[in-house]
Amino acid sequence: MAGSSERSAADHALHLLRELAPQVLGVVARRHGDFAAAEDAVQEAVIAAAEQWPVAGIPTNPRGWLYQVSMRRMNDHLRAEMARRRREDVVATDRFANEPFVPPPDADLGVDEDDTLVLLFMCCHPALTPPSAIALTLRAVGGLTTAEIANAFLVPEATMAQRISRAKSNIKASNVPFSMPTDTERAERVRAVLHVLYLIFNEGYASSVGADLQRTDLSNEAIRLTRAVHRLLPSDGEVLGLLALMLLTDARRAARTDADGQLIPLDEQDRTLWDDHLIAEGIALVSEALSKGSVGAYQLQAAIAAIHDEAARVEDTDWPQIFALYGVLEQMSDNPMVALNRAIAAAMAKGPAVGLELLTALDTDARMRGHYRLDAVRAHLLEMSGDHERAVIHYRAAAERTMSIPERNYLTTKAARLAANQRGSTTNGEE
Amino acid sequence: MRYMLMMHAPGGSAGGDWQINNWSPEDFKAHIAFMHSFNKELTSAGELVGAEGLASPGEAKVVRATKGGGAPAVTDGPFPESKEFLAGYWIVEVDRLERAYALAAKVSAAPGHGGAPLNMPVEVRQVMSGPPTDA
Repeated sequence: MAGSSERSAADHALHLLRELAPQVLGVVARRHGDFAAAEDAVQEAVIAAAEQWPVAGIPTNPRGWLYQVSMRRMNDHLRAEMARRRREDVVATDRFANEPFVPPPDADLGVDEDDTLVLLFMCCHPALTPPSAIALTLRAVGGLTTAEIANAFLVPEATMAQRISRAKSNIKASNVPFSMPTDTERAERVRAVLHVLYLIFNEGYASSVGADLQRTDLSNEAIRLTRAVHRLLPSDGEVLGLLALMLLTDARRAARTDADGQLIPLDEQDRTLWDDHLIAEGIALVSEALSKGSVGAYQLQAAIAAIHDEAARVEDTDWPQIFALYGVLEQMSDNPMVALNRAIAAAMAKGPAVGLELLTALDTDARMRGHYRLDAVRAHLLEMSGDHERAVIHYRAAAERTMSIPERNYLTTKAARLAANQRGSTTNGEE
Repeated sequence: MRYMLMMHAPGGSAGGDWQINNWSPEDFKAHIAFMHSFNKELTSAGELVGAEGLASPGEAKVVRATKGGGAPAVTDGPFPESKEFLAGYWIVEVDRLERAYALAAKVSAAPGHGGAPLNMPVEVRQVMSGPPTDA
């Protein structure tokens, strides 16, 4: 059918663009040294391609096409810049002014895998705020258009365009050269890159805004980019760990929401809906990471996810091992969310009283004050211990505090169910 | 023409906001299903411009700048004099005001406790447009 083949031509073009855009950006930025201008030029070329390719067909050398159009835009930009400088009576000596800028379409552009890594390092620069770094990474490395990114984060396109251009001027102001950081910087930068990718995945998997619980476009993109980083740094344990964590989490996607988009928690999911291929791949990756001897936070989280995914039934879950892993994780990261999850594991492994005891330490943690998750977990553990009256109170408090509509619906339903049971049992008692 | 439909829900007392503490799980499920199908209907009719649900009024703050540029006053909760609170809104694009009224009436009757219609007040306001075109 015409409709579906058009759709697939458009999909194919978009897919190809996302793959090629960062490669071309890498070459253009390396040649010109001006990342911000190069990014603008490539983005314009990507938009032109997204309009033309689905209609006119994909050119025989799509990378050459993108490169040529980008360089033409870059040249327009440089000419305008030189004219401006001339007007300002500054002698313009630009090394690109005399260079033929359009290579033959089949020329080897010198695409270098390291360019992608440099791009990632640049976009995840510690000088940028996480929202800026995320937006810039998705555009420069992910090859997404500003409109797509804006749509994924449910903000107007103008807002997202502003955020990206601010990020680029920050990079320009910081004078970071477009080159590989030194070895000592590199480890630090890889951490920043992984954190940005983790945030993109989480935003896709558990949306913090709006009515939809999952934004699969974002989690897919995070997985694709993490795979790319893994290809560039195949022996890095934390890269392996993060990729494994994403796959093992994403494997449960189909079971995580019902037909109406309502949340289904892990212990109530239909495990036959889990994706066995993703689980197998994730487990292989995390085993490889752990065999390297280095233990990092992503590897530990992936190991925990693997234990959940290995249990065919919820009652088969190896909670003592999960409890132990959260213990190691808590030592490594001073993160109250880890402590919260450890309390759940303790309740499952040793009984709700032990879990509730661990929660009391979090009551005084300023970072958890008023956070709905603390109430939600306490409600759950109280329910386990049979104290339904207090469980209802905490479920309701959690429902009031969450900013996610599906979570609120889930927590309200839990409270309503327990309260209804109680009303039922009181009535029975009176009879 | 664009209209904003602002849904006001009964505020909390012993029964909680919406009096929700008295609802059974089935009541709640029916309410969510109603809102889902209402939104789906608006979307498929091409009438939905935007919609948002708002977090609990317990999390609300009122901010007011003070005279002379001092620190602004931040107080807890929605406006204390109101018995109802803004729970969410829709912006719809419709041909006639009557259609906006009909949509508002429909959502006003969303099911609550025991499946009975809530009959919530829904404020209907036309959204202003840009300057007129020179034609």
